[in-house]
This record gives sequence, C-alpha cells and structure tokens, in this order.
Amino acid sequence: MMHSARERAGWSIAILVVLLYALIPVAWMASLSFKPADKLTDRKFFSGFSTDNYKTIFEDDTFLAALVNSIGIALIATIISIALAAMAAYALARLNFAGKAVILSGALAVAMFPPISIVGSLFDMWREIGLYDTWPGLIIPYMTFTLPLAIYTLSAFFREIPWELEQAAQVDGATPFQAFRKVIVPLAAPGVFTAAILVFIFAWNDFIFANTLTSTNEARTVPAALAFFTGGSQFEQPIGAISAAAVVVTVPIIVMVLIFQRRIVAGLTAGAVKG
Amino acid sequence: MEAASVPEARPAASAPAKKQRKSDRARGERRLAWMLCAPAVIAMLLVTGYPIGYAFYLSLQKFDLRFPDEKEFVGFQNYVDVLTASTWWSDVGTTMIITVASVAIELVLGMLIALVMHRAIFGRGPVRAAILIPYGIVTVVAAFAWRYAFDPTSGFVQQLPLISDTWAPFNERGSSLLVIVLTEVWKTTPFMALLLLAGLALVPDELHEAAKVDGANAFQRFFRVTLPLMMPAILVALLFRTLDAFRVFDTVFIQTAGANGTETVSILGYNVLINRVNLGLGSAVSILIFIAVILIATFFVKVLGTSTAQQRGET
Repeated sequence: MMHSARERAGWSIAILVVLLYALIPVAWMASLSFKPADKLTDRKFFSGFSTDNYKTIFEDDTFLAALVNSIGIALIATIISIALAAMAAYALARLNFAGKAVILSGALAVAMFPPISIVGSLFDMWREIGLYDTWPGLIIPYMTFTLPLAIYTLSAFFREIPWELEQAAQVDGATPFQAFRKVIVPLAAPGVFTAAILVFIFAWNDFIFANTLTSTNEARTVPAALAFFTGGSQFEQPIGAISAAAVVVTVPIIVMVLIFQRRIVAGLTAGAVKG
Repeated sequence: MEAASVPEARPAASAPAKKQRKSDRARGERRLAWMLCAPAVIAMLLVTGYPIGYAFYLSLQKFDLRFPDEKEFVGFQNYVDVLTASTWWSDVGTTMIITVASVAIELVLGMLIALVMHRAIFGRGPVRAAILIPYGIVTVVAAFAWRYAFDPTSGFVQQLPLISDTWAPFNERGSSLLVIVLTEVWKTTPFMALLLLAGLALVPDELHEAAKVDGANAFQRFFRVTLPLMMPAILVALLFRTLDAFRVFDTVFIQTAGANGTETVSILGYNVLINRVNLGLGSAVSILIFIAVILIATFFVKVLGTSTAQQRGET
C-alpha cells in the first residue's frame, strides 16, 4: 500500500503528540533533579547542571533504607506470588475440575477489592501480632493483591504451551523430570517472567499499604518515604532531593519496561481481555 | 466470567479405558487441581476475606485507639454517624467527579492512541514504548512530577502562553481537581489504550472493507462497525478503570492531601483510621467504600452481560 506524503506527515504529528504527552512530566522531573539549588525555582527546562541532589539522597539514611526495603519487599512478594499463582494457573489451564469458575471469579473479586477497606483491619491486626512496620507486614498484602494478576496472566500463557511435547520427550526416552526441565520450563519461562515483571511493578508502585502499615526505616518503602520526606523546615519540601529520588526509582522500571515492552503488552492484555 | 477455551481432558492414554478407571482418574485430577489452587485461594481468603469481616466487626464497635478501654458494641451507630455527616457525601461527590472525569477523558484519549497504534503505517514501536512509561512510573512519582509542574514557585506551566504567571492551581478546588484528573489520566491512559488496542484487533478487517464498499465513510465505519464490535472490550476496560479511579488515593494524598474540597472517600477513610486512629468509625467508612465498589462492579457486569448477549443475538 502506498501512503501519500500528507498521510505520512499526519502520522508523524500524531506520533510526536503521543511521545510529548508521555515524556514531558518525566523530563520535567529529570530537569528538576539536575538543577543546582539556586536554580530550582527558575521554572526553566534547561538551566545549569549539578549532581548535588543525587549526592544528598545517597547520603540520606532514610532514602537508602527505603530503597533497600522497596527492592527486598517487592522481590520477595513477587517470588511468592508467582510460585503460588503458577501452581493455580497450571491447574486452571491443564486440569479438569469443577470449581474452576469459582476460583477465577474469586480472583477477579480480589482484583477489584479496594485496599482502603482493609488497611484499618490490617493496621490493628499487625499491631497485635507484631507485623506492623516489618517486611512480612507488607509482603503479605502485596503477594495477595498481585495473585489475581499473576493467575490470569500465567493461565493465559500456559494455555498456549504445546504440552504434548512433554509426552513426546518421554516417548523419546526422557525421564518425567528431564521432560519437564528441558521442554516445559523453557517454554513456560517467558510467560512466568512477564507475570513476574507485572507483579513487581505493582508491588514497587504501592503507596497505601506502605503508608499505613509502616512507620520507620525498618520497612518504609520509597513511595512512602518520598511522601514524608522533609527538608530543612518541616513545611518546605526539598524539591530537588525528591526529584532526584523519583528519578532513581523510575529509571530501573523504565529500562525494564522498554526492554520487555512486547511481553508486557501481551501479558497485560492476556490477563485482562481473556478473563 | 468463563474460562476461555480450556482444553478438554486429554485423551486417555489407554484407549479402551473402563468407566471405573476413568472416574478414578477424574477424581485424582480434581484432587491435584485443588491442591495446586489451595495455597493461592487460602492466601486470598485470609488476606481479603478475613480482614473485611474483621472491618465489619470493628465498624459495629465504638473503638478509638486513643481510648481503648471505652471499646463497646454500638450496632450501626457508626454508619448512622458517617451517613448523616456532610463530609461523607461531599467526599463521595468529589470522588465521583474525579472518577467520571478521568475515566471519560481516558476512554477518548485511550481510543485515539489505540487507533494510532492500530492503523500506524510506521512508528508503532516508539509509540508503544512511550505510552508504557507512564504505566511503569510509580503513582507517587507521577503525582509529584505534575505537582511540581503546576506549582507556581517551581513549575513551568505558568510560563506557557495564555496562562497567568501567578496562577496557583492548588489554592482552589476546581483547578486542584483539574490537576488531579490530569495526573490520573496521564498515568492510566496507557492501560486503557492497550486494552482497547487488543479489542480493536478482534474487529475483522473484512467488515471494514465491506462497509467501505457500501460507501460508509471513516466516521460511519468507526461508529457503526468498530465501536459496536468492541463494546465488550470497552466495558471491561471501563469496569477496571472506574473501580481503580474510585479508589483514588496516592495522587490526592501527594498533591493536596484532601485540602480545598479535594478529599476523596479513600482519603477520608485513611484520615479517620490512621490519623485519628478511630477504628470503629473508620471501619464503617471502609465498609461503605467496599459496598460502593460492589455496586459499581455489579452495574458493569450487568451491562456487560446484556451487551455480549445482544451481540450474540445479532450475529
């Protein structure tokens, strides 16, 4: 199909608009983070360059602790969630049993569940049993609230796997374990990995649980730490430092999202549309 | 919700399987399936079912952590207190304004982006990469980015043409809500666009060609062919986004903390539960939000049901 110059120009403009729309706030944050202290309120996109804000946050115990908490909590929650979801998704995709619909609608109900409705209960329960302001105190809700996403994504992926290959390998003399490890694991890995990225992004993003169930550097994650970051005076927010911290937590996610964009799109839509 | 095209039981290995052995196999399969699903199901029940039950129990108590000794059963008094307070109703109003405005704008924008990606003659990759950035960004970070962009001391927005140099959007309700909605739209339109793009891919090209041959113009083809066929995908996207928007918390907390009439129901619940540590009254708010979410979900599922049924009837 031939496309006229006008059509091409039209598409170029549409694409440019979408790019600007997506990137301007990120660019603004990055710009603020590199501004020297005296230029922070000059309201210009490009003015001076300094890494002082980054030095500030990497010398700040609160931020460093929050970074470690965020990474650790999100990783552990992701691993547990994916392990539980993979078992359930295997059963949903491969086995015949009554109650499949019940499990799928239960997962859907959890996906729609408003976290604010249970933060009060969890706050009270966690204080009683000593989970308040600890890693498990956040890992448990993250793991649970990501289960529906992981189950839907994984069962959609598992349905696409040609499982006959496993039997074929066994016919060719492989032991059941070999067949599983050499045939099924490589086929399932991309789907598992995709689900893991989506779950990690969810846990990394959470604010409401982190805000209500933690209070100190023990377990406070970056989003909560950012919200309670204070500068010299209690009422003035350190714009430069917050921007730098924001860039630090954003860059790894953006890199991951860009590298695995095809998979993420497939995972997001598989989980939501086929449900 | 149906499990889409689950493969039937695999053909039995031994062809002339007796009925007895078949049912043994089925029973074994069922047991294995439940064992595999049990951990996930138990986790979901324990962490959502139990706390919501506990929240309901708390909501029937007078229970303020500052005066824990005065805890007593008060029936539905907390609900009466919440529902007769003007704060609750004005917060419901604010939440609905934010929800309706952001979901409506997202639907239109998301559809435009989906169409750009679907019909792209080039540049599909960069567009997809760009729209995934807002999706990946932490909501708190997005809220700060937009806040600092609109803040009159640090922001660039006031430098733009047609905008007053001294405009302070967070000083009054309307403009605060505008920035909150903008942030929500920016952050979640990508998700909407991707769901709609998947829906667009389900519309067969032949129908478009046929409509074209019959003389339908681009607008007619979109509104008479594409849109009706996409209805289930649109409703699913709307359901997820409406529920999400109704729970809005992060953006409001960071940008205004509920000041100037921007308090949403989630912020109200947070303030009563965590700041005032009034677990009884706060749990009543929690349960009311839970009921509201159920009502919204039921509404969408009903509409979704009728629309899919209609479509099946027509074709």
